[in-house]
Amino acid sequence: MGRKLLTEHINVEGIDTFEVYRKHGGYRSVEKALKTMTPDEVVEEVKKSGLRGRGGAGFPTGMKWSFLAKPEGVPRYLVCNADESEPGTFKDRQLMSKLPHLLIEGMITSSYALGANTSYIYIRGELLYVLRILEKAIAEAYANGFLGKNILGSGYDLDLHVHPGGGAYICGEETALLESLEGKRGNPRNKPPFPAVQGLYARPTVVNNVESIAAIPVIVNMTGDEYAKIGVGRSTGTKLISACGHLNKPGIYEIELGVPVEEFIYSDEYCGGIWKGRELKAVVAGGSSVPILPKELILKTAAGENRLMTYESLSDGGFITGTMLGSGGFIAMDETTCIVRNTWNFSRFYHHESCGQCSPCREGTGWLEKVLHRLEYGHGHMEDIDLLVSVAKQIEGNTICPLGEAAAWPVAAAVRHFRDEFEWHVKHPQEATRPGAVYPGKAVLA
Amino acid sequence: MAKITFDGVEVEVPDGTTILNAARKIGGSIVPPAMCYYTPLQGSGGKCRACLVRVAAGSAKDPRPMPKLVASCVTPVQDGMVVENTTSEQVLNVRKGIVEMLLINHPLDCPVCDQAGECDLQNFAFEHGVSTTRYQEERRTFEKIDIGPLIQLHMTRCILCYRCVYTANQITDNRVHGVLGRGDAAEIGTYIENVIDNDFSGNVIDVCPVGALTDKTWRFKQRVWFTKPVNAHRDCSHEKCPGRVVLWYKGKDVLRVTARKDQYGEVKEFICNECRFEKKETADWVIEGPAHIDRSSVISANHYELPVLNQQVIADLPESSVRDLEQNPPMKLGN
Repeated sequence: MGRKLLTEHINVEGIDTFEVYRKHGGYRSVEKALKTMTPDEVVEEVKKSGLRGRGGAGFPTGMKWSFLAKPEGVPRYLVCNADESEPGTFKDRQLMSKLPHLLIEGMITSSYALGANTSYIYIRGELLYVLRILEKAIAEAYANGFLGKNILGSGYDLDLHVHPGGGAYICGEETALLESLEGKRGNPRNKPPFPAVQGLYARPTVVNNVESIAAIPVIVNMTGDEYAKIGVGRSTGTKLISACGHLNKPGIYEIELGVPVEEFIYSDEYCGGIWKGRELKAVVAGGSSVPILPKELILKTAAGENRLMTYESLSDGGFITGTMLGSGGFIAMDETTCIVRNTWNFSRFYHHESCGQCSPCREGTGWLEKVLHRLEYGHGHMEDIDLLVSVAKQIEGNTICPLGEAAAWPVAAAVRHFRDEFEWHVKHPQEATRPGAVYPGKAVLA
Repeated sequence: MAKITFDGVEVEVPDGTTILNAARKIGGSIVPPAMCYYTPLQGSGGKCRACLVRVAAGSAKDPRPMPKLVASCVTPVQDGMVVENTTSEQVLNVRKGIVEMLLINHPLDCPVCDQAGECDLQNFAFEHGVSTTRYQEERRTFEKIDIGPLIQLHMTRCILCYRCVYTANQITDNRVHGVLGRGDAAEIGTYIENVIDNDFSGNVIDVCPVGALTDKTWRFKQRVWFTKPVNAHRDCSHEKCPGRVVLWYKGKDVLRVTARKDQYGEVKEFICNECRFEKKETADWVIEGPAHIDRSSVISANHYELPVLNQQVIADLPESSVRDLEQNPPMKLGN
């Protein structure tokens, strides 16, 4: 069993209260940072740790922090992105509802490192009960002198606010999040300027994922060098994986990066294999927007090496034979899953969630969904399969924000790896649209 | 100052200029098309993706190419930047894709649309698109809403450039309309049915690149290419209105009044509603003379002598035409 850095005390009774959390070593990083370290030293520790953004893109957090513009006399902001809405990803919700003080501790330490005196947690609107947990925890932190003026007598002030979103997936994109936080329509901004230069209220801003911020206290406590020893290569530390789908034991697992995918799926320590004794068919490894991979390619890379749960190993082979670790939303599908229906379902989500600002995404996501719907319900033609690839290509890379790519990748990957199943839907529409129909497989058809 | 190379042409522009404006300084056919960007409106641009260009070298300091195509209307130039527009196959292909995307839900009702002939989308599709579509589904429609006696909203034609939203914010006193909904269900509307009534509200008609917002007082009166634009001015009592306009004549009648636009279709000076909707008599105006019409504009069609004909394409030309052609040889393309 790997080490648990974030979720070590997650099952302790009353850990969401200040006293119990403090008793289990909580807020030590705030004391250490504020009393013995300068802000730059904290940033340096985070850089050394090699922590990579846990929200999906995997950009090194320390590097992101060092890009923050620091003009004199201008306030800076830290914003925590808690707008977790990617289908398949549900790690932050659990972390925040069980360990609200861990996030608050991370926010204090990180804000100190960045020199921010006002920080925000932008939480997904649907998670109102978590918002209440966080607000209660923040009130406790204020009462105990960890938030407010002159924290622990260090002269450092910090105000922390929680702000709920209005229920749009797009507000998880950092610039759309900032727009929404400012009270405007959540449309992503054009970049440049990047948030590190002009973010919230046109001030320098850092936006970090909940899990990234929750890892900061751990790094400060154990030092960056120690943290960097966990994991493989440039994928350091631990990562929360929210496993769902046709698994015996779906749930949230904290893994040390570097666990083989095969072990993660089949060992009893983690997901315990595929349910009902069935075969694994495909895996979406990092939330619905990353490319889907068939069993052969998710367990082993194209070169025949074991695939590990790391940023590098999962993306081995690029998008031809690889995928991404993304935000850690691990969706496993058994042999009875219809890939066409699944792809249609994903597309329907992106069609619904596109903000409608830029034309390729606004029109393209709807187009993809309609073509997939046609294929799934037995009205497709052979040309439609190539049409899907072509439309996906027209969206990818030409949009303001990454939602366009998130909509295009799963479709392109599904066609790339499961073209025969799409063709089966076209050739045998009656068979394919029968309720409970299962694709018999290439071998059977041949 | 920053020196950039655009499609092989060097140009020097002040720091902070966008790539698009640098290209406009060069001018000609290398200027990327723009459907949503509008110089007088702050914050506009970046949405339609028609102006995407390839940055082959980011700057003199960091000459790496940019990983994705960038929207030239919102990306500032860097010294030493090398940009490819018409010289890049990738850009031209992507632009074809953008045309296709903009048209899949467009009703293509040009024959009954008042904007036809001066429509940015028409020009854009004609110059950069393909003439077929691969879209077979139903086009999206919207419930019609009435936004008052002066302006007609056709939401199905809208390409969501947000220009009218910025205009209402920046030119008029208050904004009562905006973008509601999201994705391809996003629409221009007033949240509670509301009349857009403001001294400068008529400008949303001029900034609209398509026929989504048209002038109700000119609706179905005449095709634009049968009218004659004439520059005129008057002493407008409204302090913010310059009173300099274009009158569109058919015979002796002023059919409509619009603001003057530059060669990129951008309004030079915004005019008030009184000038636009109420002063439709020649007596109200001091006539300056014919307005300049771009040679490529559809309005100028047939106004220039010597038709450009290709005899090979039109196989059985009537004899009278052949005789005419021999006496008056047509202008050769490319001359």
